[in-house]
Amino acid sequence: MELLSTSLINWSRAQFAMTAAYHWLFVPLTLGLGIIMAIMETVYVRTGDEKWKHTAKFWQKIFGINFAIGVATGIILEFQFGTNWSNYSWFVGDIFGAPLAIEGIVAFFLEATFISIMFFGWNRVSKKTHLASTWLTIIGATLSALWILIANAWMQYPIGMKFNPDTVRNEMYDFWAIVTSPVAINKFFHSVLSGWGLGAAFVTAIGGWYLIKKRNVDFALKSIKVGAIFGLVSFVLLAVTGDGSGYQVAQKQPMKLAAMEGLYEGKHGAGLVAIGMLNPAKKSFDDGVDPYIFKIEIPKLLSLMGYRDINAFVPGIKDIVEGGYPTKSGEVPLSFEEKKERGQKAIEALANYQIAKKEGRDADAANFQKTLEENYAYFGYGYLDKPEDLVPNVPLTFYTFHLMVAIGFYFILMFAVVWYFEHKNKIQNTKWLQYVALWSLPLAYLASQFGWIVAEVGRQPWTIQDILPVNAAVSSLETSSVIITFAMFALLFTVLLIAEVTIMVKQIKKGPDYSDNNIEA
Amino acid sequence: MITYSFLQHYWWFIISLLGGLLVFLLFVQGGQSMLFSLSKSDDEKRLLVNAFGKKWEYTFTTLVTFGGAFFASFPLFYSTSFGGAYWVWMLLLFCFTMQAVSYEFQSKPGNFLGKKTYQVFLFINGVLGTFLLGVAVATFFTGSEFSVNKGNIAGLGAAGPVISQWQNPLHGLEALFNLRNWMLGLAVLFLSRTLAALFLVNRLDHPALEERSRKYVLYNGLPFVVFFLIFLIWTLVSEGYAVDPATGAISMEKMKYLNNLIEMPVIMAFFVLGVVAVLYGIIATLLKPKYSKGIWFAGIGTVVTVTMLLLVSGFNNTAYYPSSYDLQSSLTIQNSSSSEFTLSVMAVVSLLVPFVLAYIFYAWRALEKKRLSLQDLESDGHAY
Repeated sequence: MELLSTSLINWSRAQFAMTAAYHWLFVPLTLGLGIIMAIMETVYVRTGDEKWKHTAKFWQKIFGINFAIGVATGIILEFQFGTNWSNYSWFVGDIFGAPLAIEGIVAFFLEATFISIMFFGWNRVSKKTHLASTWLTIIGATLSALWILIANAWMQYPIGMKFNPDTVRNEMYDFWAIVTSPVAINKFFHSVLSGWGLGAAFVTAIGGWYLIKKRNVDFALKSIKVGAIFGLVSFVLLAVTGDGSGYQVAQKQPMKLAAMEGLYEGKHGAGLVAIGMLNPAKKSFDDGVDPYIFKIEIPKLLSLMGYRDINAFVPGIKDIVEGGYPTKSGEVPLSFEEKKERGQKAIEALANYQIAKKEGRDADAANFQKTLEENYAYFGYGYLDKPEDLVPNVPLTFYTFHLMVAIGFYFILMFAVVWYFEHKNKIQNTKWLQYVALWSLPLAYLASQFGWIVAEVGRQPWTIQDILPVNAAVSSLETSSVIITFAMFALLFTVLLIAEVTIMVKQIKKGPDYSDNNIEA
Repeated sequence: MITYSFLQHYWWFIISLLGGLLVFLLFVQGGQSMLFSLSKSDDEKRLLVNAFGKKWEYTFTTLVTFGGAFFASFPLFYSTSFGGAYWVWMLLLFCFTMQAVSYEFQSKPGNFLGKKTYQVFLFINGVLGTFLLGVAVATFFTGSEFSVNKGNIAGLGAAGPVISQWQNPLHGLEALFNLRNWMLGLAVLFLSRTLAALFLVNRLDHPALEERSRKYVLYNGLPFVVFFLIFLIWTLVSEGYAVDPATGAISMEKMKYLNNLIEMPVIMAFFVLGVVAVLYGIIATLLKPKYSKGIWFAGIGTVVTVTMLLLVSGFNNTAYYPSSYDLQSSLTIQNSSSSEFTLSVMAVVSLLVPFVLAYIFYAWRALEKKRLSLQDLESDGHAY
C-alpha cells in the first residue's frame, strides 16, 4: 500500500504541535488566574474591602488580555482535525466529535457569555451577580478543559467503541466509559492543576516584582498571600496526579513510559532515574549501545509507580518490540512483527469484507468480519513498516519528563518558603526571595509545555493508540500547502505573542488602580 | 418514534439552525467592514469598536460550536470538506484568528502593531470572513470536486489510504471561479453590513452615527437583495443533486431545490416568512425616521431564512455536499452522519441549548439596558 510522504506527515504534525504549544501558553494562565481572581473578588464581596476589589480587577485585566489570545489560538486546533487529519476525522469522528461539540455547547458559551458581564458589568449588575459571573467564567473555562481532555484521553486510551466494517469507522457504544475513563479523569486533574500552579507562579512572580520595586506593596502582599497558598496546594496535588498519570501510562502506553525513562532493557524492580544523561551515540533500540552516559536512580520506584509493586517487571523499548516479557496478568505480549502481521491481517480482512459485500457474498463477508474482529486490536500496526516506527523520540520524551518533574518539586519548595515568609511578615524585607519568585515564572511555563511534549511526543506514532498511526490519519494535501499554512500561523502567533507580552508588561508597570498612598483611605 | 433517520434529520436541523444563528451574528463582521467608512472621527470609530466589541465573542463561540457540532454529527463532511477545500477554510480561520485579539489589544499601550493595524485586522475579518463563508455555503448547492472511497483505508484505492480525496489542485480556491458562489458570498457580505447598520440604529446613543447608519441600511440592503435574489433564482431553476432513498444513488434532477420547497410546504412557508421579515426590517427602517426595531425583524428573519435554505440543501432526499467530480461520492445526511448511538447521545446534549440561549439572553439584556454612548465607555472601566 502506498503511504503518504514523510514530509507531509512531519509538516502536518509540526503544524499541530506548533498551534497546540502556542495555545497551551495561554490556557494554563486562564485556568489558574481565573480561580485566583475569583477568590479575590469573593474576599471583596465578603469583606467589602475596596482594596480587594482593585486587586481582583487588576488581575481580571491581565486575564482578559491573555484570554483573547487563548481564544485566537484555540479555534485553529479544533478545525485542524478536519483540515489536516481528515482520515482521523472520519475513522474516529463518531466518538471524538462528541466531546468537542459538548465543549462548545455547554462550556465555551458559558465562559464567553459571562466574561462579558465580568468585564462590562461592574456598574450594570449587582455585586453578587458580578461575582457569580466571574465564577461562571472560570467554571466555563474549566469545563472546556474537561471536555477537550476527555477527547485527548480517548486518543491515548480508546474505549467504549466498536469498529463497524460497513461504515469503515469506529462507533461509540458507551459514552460514560469515555467520559469516566481513568485516563481522562487523571489527565483533567493533572492538566487543570498545572494551570492553577502556573497561575499561582504568575501572581507570585508579579507580586515579587512589585516588592523589588518597592511599590504597590499592599497589592503585592495580597497577591502573594493568595498565590503562595494556592500554588503550594496545586503543586502538591500535581505530584499526586502526576503519580496517577505515571500509573495510567504504564498500564496503557508502556512504550511511552519506556521512552520517558530511556529504558531499553526492562527489569524487575526497576528504579526511577532521578538525574541522568542519555548517550547520543545510541541510534537504535537494538544496537547494544549503553543508553546512558550516567544516571542516578531511586531504586524500585519505577516499578512501584507503574505497577504499584516494587518488584514488578517494567518492559523496556526492546522488550516491547520483541514481545514475550512477563506481565502481571500472565498474558504474553506479542512482538512488533507479530502485531504488524495481525494488523495487516485485519486491514486485508476489511478490504476483503468490502469486496465480498459489494459482490453480495454474505457468507464470505461474515468470515472476513470475524478475522477482522479477531485482529482489530492491532489494526494500526498494519500501517507500520519497521520496529523503529514504534519508538517515539526518546531524548525529547526523557528530558522533558525529567525536567517537568524536577521543576514541579522545585515549586513545592519555593511556594512553601514564600508562604512561610509571607506568613511571618518577612517577605517584604527578603530581597533574594522576591527575585526567586520573579525569576521562577519561566520555569512554570517550561514545565507546562514539557508536560504536553511528554504526553504527545511520547505516544508517537499513534493518533489513536494501537488503532491509527499518523501516516494513516493525515489529509491528502501537497506538503507545500501545509508548509505555507504552518508559516502563516507561526508568524501570526509569534507577532501576537510579542504583542501580548508587551501589553502585559505595560499593564503591570502601570499597576493596579490603588497605590500605597491611599492604602489607609 | 425516534429512528436513525429522524436523528439524522434532527441533527441536520440543528446544524442548519447553528448556521442561521452564525450568519445573523456575522453582523459583528459586517460592522468591522464599515469601521473606516462609517466613522468620521476617532471618537466615532471608538464607539463603533466598542459596540461590536461586546458581541464578537458570541459570533466566535457560535462558529466554534458550529464546527464541533458538525464534526460530531456529520464527520464525513468534516473530513471531506475541511481536509479538501483546505485553503478556503484555512483563510477563514486565519482571519478569525486575527479578529480574536484585535478588540482587546487595539487600545492597550505597548500593543506592538499599533491601533490602526488591529483595526485593519478587524476590517479583513469583516470582509473576508463573511464573503468566504458565503462562498463555502454556496458550494452546498453548486458542488465541489472530490471523491470519497472508504475502501482506501484498507488499501483498495490507488491513491493511498486517505478516504476523502480532493480532485482540484486549488484545494477549495476553485470555488472562486464559479459566479453563483460569488453571488452568495457577496450576499452574505452585504447582509452582514446591513444587519450591522440596523444594529447600530437600535443600539447607539449618537445621532450623527445613527443617521449615517440608516443610510448604510439602504446602501448595503440594496446590493444584498440583488445578489441574494440572483443566487436564489439561479439555484431554484438549476439542476440539483437528488438521492434515491432506496439505493442511496445520486442523480441530477431539474429544479431540485424548487421542488424541495414545493414538496416541503412548511419549510417554504418559513422561508418566505424569513425573507419577508428581513425585507420588512430593512424597508421599515428606511421609511420611518424614528423606527429602530429593524434589527429584530431582519435578525430573526436572517436566522429563519438561512436555516430553511440549509434544510432545503439536505432534506427531501438531497445531497447537501455534492461532488460534481463523482456524483456517487456526494455527501447526504444518511451517508455522512454519525452512528445512531452518537446522534442520540448528542440529541440529549442538545436539550441544553434552550438553557444556553436563556443565559445568553439574560447576559445580553443585563448589558444592554440602554443605548451605548461615548460617556459609557469611560464609566464601564473596560473599554476598547
